[in-house]
Amino acid sequence: MTVHAWSCQAVPAGVPEHHHAVEIQTFGFWIYLMSDLILFSTLFATFAVLGQNTAGGPTGKDLFDLPYLFGETLLLLFSSATYGMAMLAMQDDCKAVLLLWLGITFLFGLGFVCMEVNEFHGMIAAGNGPARSGFLSAFFTLVGTHGAHVTAGLIWMAVMIGQVLTKGLTTPVRSRLARLSMFWHFLDIVWIGVFSWVYLMGVL
Amino acid sequence: MKPARIDHTTGASRGSLKSYGTGFLLSIVLTAIAFALAMNGTLSRGIAILGICGAGVVQMLVHLHYFLHLDGSSEERWNVLALLFTLLIMTIFVGGTLWVMVTLNTRMMM
Repeated sequence: MTVHAWSCQAVPAGVPEHHHAVEIQTFGFWIYLMSDLILFSTLFATFAVLGQNTAGGPTGKDLFDLPYLFGETLLLLFSSATYGMAMLAMQDDCKAVLLLWLGITFLFGLGFVCMEVNEFHGMIAAGNGPARSGFLSAFFTLVGTHGAHVTAGLIWMAVMIGQVLTKGLTTPVRSRLARLSMFWHFLDIVWIGVFSWVYLMGVL
Repeated sequence: MKPARIDHTTGASRGSLKSYGTGFLLSIVLTAIAFALAMNGTLSRGIAILGICGAGVVQMLVHLHYFLHLDGSSEERWNVLALLFTLLIMTIFVGGTLWVMVTLNTRMMM
């Protein structure tokens, strides 16, 4: 047992100190995700208040294309599963397989963002942009914030592909990949809330 | 020997092919149920809303358990506590906002 000067907790033998630090980083990242969840909950609350205020403009029923949305949702679900496969490859130290799954995950995520941008573009081109009504302001803010998170995740994933290629599967790289996996699965959970509340209930 | 639940090189829980596969299949089924309820059109609005909420909540739990590997084990205790606290804050935010705004609308006789 080693007792560290900076903490009163003894680190059990067999778990080197940097591994202990990595676990603290992972927990810290979880706390960040929780604060992000609160950010999303305020946007959900805004949507709940403004969702009916269509100002004579189109409602969700007029705007939402559910089969299209189902495709979008499947892309995100597939990407969550393929990221899981990437994590399994990382546990097995299979660098090539890891890179393959990361690449596939990236493409699924990119497909999701492209479909969303296409949907937004179509709505704005038809005069139904965020300025049209309170409902659309809240809609674009909530769905757009989620899309921005997915885009940030994609940039992070591209950086991680680069780091795996240049640095290899070092401890910092592995722990970053594990945190990106938490971020990615978390965004999928937020998306469940978005499609259930905003889209599916919007067409009822 | 049981493999370590926590990967000490990443600080994250280890997943397995089985957990990711189960989570993936369940989430596809639950998503399909939610979309079917919304597109069906023959159900009453109340039942459809209830079903979509139910499928959504179950799917979130499936993702937390099978993808983020959150469970009642001691390694995950703080993560679960942080999540529960966040849910409390979210309930106050969303519930409180709706309560205030609905009351306001009623008093304004809108």
